[in-house]
Amino acid sequence: MAEQIRIQTPLTEEQSRKLKAGDMVLISGKIYSARDAAHKVMTEALARGEELPIDWHDKIVYYLGPSPAKPGDPIGSAGPTTSGRMDAYTPTMLDQGIKGMIGKGSRKPEVIESMKKNGVTYFAAVGGAAALIAKSIKKYDVIAYDDLGPEALAELTVEDFPAIVVIDSEGNDFYEIGQAPYREDV
Amino acid sequence: MRNIHVEKVTEKVAELCMNAAYHLPKDMYNALKKGYECEKSPVGKGVLDQIIKNAEIADAEDRPICQDTGLTIVFLEVGQDVHFEGGDLEEAVQAGVAKGYVDGYLRKSVVAEPLFNRVNTKNNTPAVIYTKIVPGDKVDINVELKGFGSENKSGVKMLVPADGVEGVKKAVLEIVKKAGPNPCPPMVLGIGIGGTMDYAAFLSKKALLRSVEVRNAHPEYAKLEEEINAMVNKTGIGPQLGGTTTAVSVNIEWAATHIAGLPVAVTICCHASRHAHGEV
Repeated sequence: MAEQIRIQTPLTEEQSRKLKAGDMVLISGKIYSARDAAHKVMTEALARGEELPIDWHDKIVYYLGPSPAKPGDPIGSAGPTTSGRMDAYTPTMLDQGIKGMIGKGSRKPEVIESMKKNGVTYFAAVGGAAALIAKSIKKYDVIAYDDLGPEALAELTVEDFPAIVVIDSEGNDFYEIGQAPYREDV
Repeated sequence: MRNIHVEKVTEKVAELCMNAAYHLPKDMYNALKKGYECEKSPVGKGVLDQIIKNAEIADAEDRPICQDTGLTIVFLEVGQDVHFEGGDLEEAVQAGVAKGYVDGYLRKSVVAEPLFNRVNTKNNTPAVIYTKIVPGDKVDINVELKGFGSENKSGVKMLVPADGVEGVKKAVLEIVKKAGPNPCPPMVLGIGIGGTMDYAAFLSKKALLRSVEVRNAHPEYAKLEEEINAMVNKTGIGPQLGGTTTAVSVNIEWAATHIAGLPVAVTICCHASRHAHGEV
């Protein structure tokens, strides 16, 4: 496997723009989990002109709804959920200053356009590698929307969280690059 | 006649939910290992390596293989000589699901109503339950945990008889290509052919219970399983980031159908094809 690039959060636009599709990364620092319900609540709050529970500037969002922690563990299994379901909310959220997204699966063209404009990188974690990924999560603190259960907005402290750049800030898509050599006419 | 207290059903269902969430079936684990050996993409190999390690960690430490521990589907085959005592059978099954998900630290992913007010039920009930009455005095229970990253990419096509085998292949290919990397491949494809729209869909779920090492008993369907598997492995989708291992198995179940119809249902399952079997 190719050499892994270490990323320490916060992720600035300058750092984000250096990352290229296909780069293997290990992320350390703080990342923030939010998925369908939290995205809906946050974009509705913005539409009403309200402040969000956190300042998203230079932060990385992780599309995650973990399983509950067993006693003594910081978190349960914690792999990525399908990012595409967040696409409707993503351009609005990227305008809040988010510089990285971690999830799995393809994104819509309007998300990629917003990524180019804002200098955002989209990382994929291996879908379904949830017990393995949980080993890199050291702390899980719910910040807001506790009533959403596994969909709450939370701060995660991570060490060497493994991911790959799938869409970079220029719009290069590693799903396409990775599949092309193995695609036959069927 | 045999009397069975419904509490025994509750206990068994709870145990099966936890086992299914933690322990990948051996046939599926072997298929992933074989996928790793055969995978041509180095990146795809890396993904498979993580998936295999993940299954090993989950198995050894009794942790959910995936955080999405699914919507629970329970297949009951109830012997007609069984008499249940102590309560309602369906309530006993739902109580077993609730116990398994709460005691087993599994994620509760069910909302009580789908459209207007999506409130989490906090114990993963209600499960979808399919009950069949069969000869005998036992209760056979299969529990399938269906993650929704892959479920959202599943589909039904109502073909006509003239579409034939090629039409079936084309329908499956379209569904798989549209799914792309989203349903966490390598996949298992459960395919139901025949019946009605809903029965084909049921068969596509039931098909996932079969070992990925066992082909359909009917030679022509067995051949079709192999052909569809080879076909989807040429899409380039591979293990999420491109490659040659898009699916590790295609399991077809078929049923009689109407002279005018050829329903085809495809349930896409992720690499964590989780199910467990027990008997009371």
